[in-house]
Amino acid sequence: MILGIDTSLGTAVAVIDDDGAVRADAASADALGHAEIIGTLLATAMTDAAHGPIGATGAPEAVALTHVAVGMGPGPFTGLRVGIAAARAFALGRGIPVVPVRSHDAAALAVLLADPFADVPRFAVVTDARRKEFAFTVYDGIDDDGLPMRVTEATLVKRDDIDAALAEHSAERRDTTVIPGAMVALVAARAVAAGRVEDLGEPLYLRAPDVTMPGPRKKVGQ
Amino acid sequence: MTREPLVLGIETSCDETGIGIVRGRTLLSNTIASSMDEHARYGGVVPEVAARAHLEALQPAIEAALAEAQVTLADIDAVAVTSGPGLAGALMVGVGAAKALAVSLGRPLYAVNHLVGHIAADILTGDEVEYPTVALLVSGGHTSLLLVRDLVSDVELLGETMDDAAGEAFDKIARILGLPYPGGPEIDRAASTGDPNAIRFPRGMSRASDMAEHRYDFSFSGLKTAVARWVEQHEATGQPVSVPDVAASFREAVVDVLVTKALDACARHGVPRLLLGGGVIANKRLRDVALERAEAAGVAVRIPPLSLCTDNGAMIAALASELIMSGRPASTLAFGADSTLPVTTIQVATSS
Ligand SMILES: [Zn+2]
Repeated sequence: MILGIDTSLGTAVAVIDDDGAVRADAASADALGHAEIIGTLLATAMTDAAHGPIGATGAPEAVALTHVAVGMGPGPFTGLRVGIAAARAFALGRGIPVVPVRSHDAAALAVLLADPFADVPRFAVVTDARRKEFAFTVYDGIDDDGLPMRVTEATLVKRDDIDAALAEHSAERRDTTVIPGAMVALVAARAVAAGRVEDLGEPLYLRAPDVTMPGPRKKVGQ
Repeated sequence: MTREPLVLGIETSCDETGIGIVRGRTLLSNTIASSMDEHARYGGVVPEVAARAHLEALQPAIEAALAEAQVTLADIDAVAVTSGPGLAGALMVGVGAAKALAVSLGRPLYAVNHLVGHIAADILTGDEVEYPTVALLVSGGHTSLLLVRDLVSDVELLGETMDDAAGEAFDKIARILGLPYPGGPEIDRAASTGDPNAIRFPRGMSRASDMAEHRYDFSFSGLKTAVARWVEQHEATGQPVSVPDVAASFREAVVDVLVTKALDACARHGVPRLLLGGGVIANKRLRDVALERAEAAGVAVRIPPLSLCTDNGAMIAALASELIMSGRPASTLAFGADSTLPVTTIQVATSS
């Protein structure tokens, strides 16, 4: 079983079975309040997961997690860090590894799996990056390991320029306001199975910290 | 729960990632990873830089603390975390980690007040600690004067800074004098050969007119302006500026106000005990003046070792440990980072 956590947009927590069945899915769409809600969502997800796949009515059993998957962004930093800190601490508590996942990969997998018979054209996952910017990543189909095929890295663009940027890549625009926790876990499951876990040590910050270097001393005058 | 709970505390309110482990009142580990060096080139703590550093430092710090304490996470009885006050984005990293760790381990979580944590640090010295006590907490993030009647139930705010924290004032004056960050040790070094009475800088919030409403409050912005103006005027008229004299006179003004107000609080409340805490306690002149004047006033001064005075996770674990031993229920999981958490709130989100 894999616990999936993402706080790059709202707060999403899910648990999936080894066969990919969703055991728990707890989420808040609030773009703020990640630190407030993360503990409650984790506790809820663990309780739900103990009862088997969603819809099952079995007696509770131990939730034998093997990995904690976490969305590494891109997304507004302050909230994004809450999920990553939580994932690392949760995994440490269980003595299991963290699998870092690109949050846009999870959103892309959701698009690609929505209708298994559809021929999904090249598309871009587009998310709010605040400060009048979007973050986008272009995808084209799914590979043999069941992972979305990335055409570009995650990129920041002025909101007014998004359509021109996507036209350059001949990519359809898929605005995304939710990163499903189950898809974060599923990307991780497939990456683990294929031996393709990415070594993302840092969040995908995309921006340098906002700092002003100290200038010359200001005069106070008389 | 055992009578002596094993508690892991997480502190991320400013630029130190602190992980502490205590058993009852016994300190097992006080592990600190500081991002101070990263802030040095900016001349002060940059919140985003601090938050990034916390995220990177947390897991290694927890692992190092467990190793030092020679315990495993399975042994931990409770997790403690700073909810506030402090830098919001920095606090959130610790809150997220602490909640997840508590849920992962199936252990209770105690979310506590950073300032009260500074007072709790004293318990880890192993000495018998007596209350009530006046506490003076001075750092780069806060300057607070508190009356502690009971650590887990009755902490009163007597006064606090109206503008800069004392530690910030040291950083700003260091910049004016062309000294590097952090300013505290630099000012100290420069002041060691200076005359503390060379220049009479103002003592903020100390006029008779301030006494009615701000008897125990502090203000350092006027002092900062006075020092800057003095330096400018001397430079403009070509008079020599003695950095040691300015540093010593500035430091004396800060120390004088801090100690005078703290001992005034002791006298007015009939409390013959003063606890010092916060990173600025590293300042030897502050310690010396406090000890000397307190002795004359018949006040006993307690100064925990510096590693427990600066921000740390052990004090957070110590406070939670006291809460547990006095029978307090855990916090719920429904709380956040509270950058302006009042000191009267010792524990947040207490379950009923
Ligand atoms: Zn502090």
